[in-house]
Amino acid sequence: MNTTTQNVEAHEGGHDHPTDAKYIRVAIVLGVVTALEVATYFVEIPGVVVIPVLLAMMVFKFFYVAAWFMHLRFDSPMFTKFFVAGLALATLVYGVLLTVFEFWTKG
Amino acid sequence: MADAAAVDHGHGTGTGLSNNKLLMWVFLGSECLLFGGLISTYLIYRSRYADGPAPGDIFDIPFTSVSSFILLMSSLTMVLSLSALQRGDIRNNRVWLLATALLGSLFIGGQVYEFTTFLREGLGYTTSPFSSAFFTLTGFHGIHVSLGIVMLVSLLIASFRGTLTKERSETVEIVGLYWHFVDVVWIFIFTVIYLVPSPTS
Amino acid sequence: MSDTIELAAPGRPLGVYTRPRGNTGWRDWITTVDHKKIGILYGATAMFFFGIGGLEALLIRLQLATPDGTVMGADTYNRVFTMHGLTMVFMVIMPLAAAFANYLLPLQIGARDVAFPRLNALSYWVFLAGGLFLNMSWLLGDAPDGGWFAYAPNTGVIFSPGHGMDYYVLGLQIMGIASLVSAMNLIVTVLNMRAPGMTLFKMPVMTWMILVVQFLLLFAVPVITVALFLLMFDRNFGANFFNPEMGADPLLWQHLFWIFGHPEVYILILPSFGIISEVIPTFSRKPLFGYPFMVFSGIAIGFMGWGVWAHHMFVSGIGPISVAAFSMSTMFIAVPTGVKILNWLATMWGGKIKFTVAMLFAFGVVSMFTIGGLSGVTHSVAPADTQQTDTYYIVAHFHYVIFGGSLLGIFAGFYFWWPKVFGHLLSEKLGKWNFWLMIIGFNMTFGPMHILGLQGMSRRIDSYSPGFGFEFWNMFASIGSFIIALGVLMFVINVVTSARRARHEPPVGPDPWDARSLEWFTPNPTPVHNFDELIQVDSLDEFWHRKYAEDENGRVVRVASAEEVCQDGSATDVHLPSPSYWPFVMAAGFPFVGFGLIYTLWICIPGALLILMAIYGWIFEPTDDPDGPHGHHADGSSDHDGTQAPSEAAGETVEEAPVG
Repeated sequence: MNTTTQNVEAHEGGHDHPTDAKYIRVAIVLGVVTALEVATYFVEIPGVVVIPVLLAMMVFKFFYVAAWFMHLRFDSPMFTKFFVAGLALATLVYGVLLTVFEFWTKG
Repeated sequence: MADAAAVDHGHGTGTGLSNNKLLMWVFLGSECLLFGGLISTYLIYRSRYADGPAPGDIFDIPFTSVSSFILLMSSLTMVLSLSALQRGDIRNNRVWLLATALLGSLFIGGQVYEFTTFLREGLGYTTSPFSSAFFTLTGFHGIHVSLGIVMLVSLLIASFRGTLTKERSETVEIVGLYWHFVDVVWIFIFTVIYLVPSPTS
Repeated sequence: MSDTIELAAPGRPLGVYTRPRGNTGWRDWITTVDHKKIGILYGATAMFFFGIGGLEALLIRLQLATPDGTVMGADTYNRVFTMHGLTMVFMVIMPLAAAFANYLLPLQIGARDVAFPRLNALSYWVFLAGGLFLNMSWLLGDAPDGGWFAYAPNTGVIFSPGHGMDYYVLGLQIMGIASLVSAMNLIVTVLNMRAPGMTLFKMPVMTWMILVVQFLLLFAVPVITVALFLLMFDRNFGANFFNPEMGADPLLWQHLFWIFGHPEVYILILPSFGIISEVIPTFSRKPLFGYPFMVFSGIAIGFMGWGVWAHHMFVSGIGPISVAAFSMSTMFIAVPTGVKILNWLATMWGGKIKFTVAMLFAFGVVSMFTIGGLSGVTHSVAPADTQQTDTYYIVAHFHYVIFGGSLLGIFAGFYFWWPKVFGHLLSEKLGKWNFWLMIIGFNMTFGPMHILGLQGMSRRIDSYSPGFGFEFWNMFASIGSFIIALGVLMFVINVVTSARRARHEPPVGPDPWDARSLEWFTPNPTPVHNFDELIQVDSLDEFWHRKYAEDENGRVVRVASAEEVCQDGSATDVHLPSPSYWPFVMAAGFPFVGFGLIYTLWICIPGALLILMAIYGWIFEPTDDPDGPHGHHADGSSDHDGTQAPSEAAGETVEEAPVG
């Protein structure tokens, strides 16, 4: 029924859903970054360079999926806050744990 | 019918957000702590491979890259299925749901193949702290993916019974959130466990 | 109705998937999704386990009353003290806090129920299943005996070959599910279901403390889940997480356990802090001093609680840098707690104190927790803790904070809210006996343990030899423990006789304490639909402000009686969430899965079937209102349960329960 449709869209707060074309473009970007990540395996790069690069690419993919596919970019900030809260707490707590285990120095 | 959509999308709630969607995000926040614990355990134990194979000896990066790519693309098909339903395109909603389930199953198939290969190469569950941690982490992830596939198939069944309508797109959205999260965890695992250089024996 | 599809046409139920309706008696309790009944279930169950945990405590004190005690052998002692700890933490304090949270939180925010009533019921039944499962270990000969903290590899399969630790792992996993589900439910409830006008900063401090606890649960339970899985895999599948011979590090268990364990102790104390934050202002006839500080200190405790866990591990060999860091962070966390103590004192200062039993218990919390907090500060000094750790000094500390803090706070809550729940007051006279016996007995039992600990008496030992000078205080403490038991007995007598007396007396009437928060708008006992009409909230302590205002001279004057302000509970057209069997059915599956994992996998099958059947039934049962304009969700969502759906009744216009 059209009224429902209109209400749904009106309610969505006017934010746009990305088009399918946009989603596909996001996927292509993700694919390219993944290919670059995998490429590091085939090339000799010193660890001190490759690890930060890999982590940076990982973080980029992580946030790209969260922002576009999980729609966080368009949704209420409250959702982002919950997700980031969990992520931040996990990073902090487990980061400390790994530090106590001397992971960063002894691996 | 204004009430239906309004209520579905969270009108009448304190934050204006749907209860169900908020519940899923709250849950995903807690899942970060679960996977964080398993990942940390792996990282602490990855160099403790006893007499067995070390991670650097045994990982097959090209193979895992392909299965990682498959899982990544399943996120695309997931969001396409949602987008179709939000437009009222029931047929494509089903097509993309099926595609997501198939890609997920392919990923699981890849995991099974990888695990059996490792077993043949001398890395069993009980071989070393490294092996226990590796299989537990990837096993938990695999179980999450499998539960996701069950949910996707359930959505498909609901769709074929005619109960998965445009008004119910939030259900697909919420299953999608779970699916993308599971994908995002794998993005983390693939980089940190596989790609970052591992100890070799 | 053309764009909605229903599985059940109105008036035509769908066989086994119809929702139970209008049952009374035990069926009512089994299928209830009413947060108030669920709260009562939690409370009653927790008090039952309190009896068990208390017996375990008395056995311990009997054993330790004399040197070389012969009441129990070492193996039995280990089981008794392990189960005492597990019972008191997981089956008494946590569910008592859940009882108050379940009953009161929706009322305090002006809602009709929680966001997900069936999930709420599930949490209770799963908790019960887990608690019973764990206690079944007593009957099957093999209670866990590794301490509540279960350090690996002692609790691995080599050193704990029996099934006891398997009961530990599985029992806690099951109860963890209950806590996690409840946490998610209450967080969504607080965010989404507040009454109109109730901003977060108009919520009572108790609601805030409960909210912080839910966040702590949300993030801490997954950590112990990981630890328990790792232990289970080591024990049952030969994994190598805690096997030093294969290169594993036993400290991993300790870290994971305490990353959960420290937030857990804040989970244990914050609800009681919340309770007394309501009791003290009421009986001081003054608003709570420093509301924003109370809220922010609670949040601060929630945050900082994540950064102190290794203070439980100062002597485990983590190294001086880690010890120093955690020592400092532990010192810092005393600050927000101190802020709270000062605020309660400042609330009482200059107030017109009414020494009701609830207020006595609240005083008890403030004083006993201060003592426990001070000994805690001494632990934070790592060199001092090196002497204190693993001695009775620590036992003294945590009993002062958990018994003196959490439990006394819960008793304050009992006396305060008993009329709201049951419609009659508990006897103040018997209550005073209850309080004084408990607090005297408590101090007799645990006060001397500070001395015993510093004199070198080890904890977690089944007996001590004569000649060390431990005899006097141990006997003293054991006598004290029986005085505590007498105090608890007074409570039970109070409950029974007050209920009997209430049958011949008029009902207590509204607002017996002249209180401050929203739950007191409803008559006593609370009607099943909570509020006749939802309250429009304009200020903190909204209820108080309807009764009192300031005159031209700025003095507080009464402007309305309780009868005028309170609702009379007579509304009949409020739609409520329908009851459901499925939470009970689903919970029943878990013990089977547990027994199957311990004894033989075949037993898992009926358990798994029950769980799957329940999930299926849950998703497909009709929502409360098949006639309503919304269809029914494939995922069985229940965000329409009661709060937004219009009535099934006459079809007349009923309020939509806006909760924006």
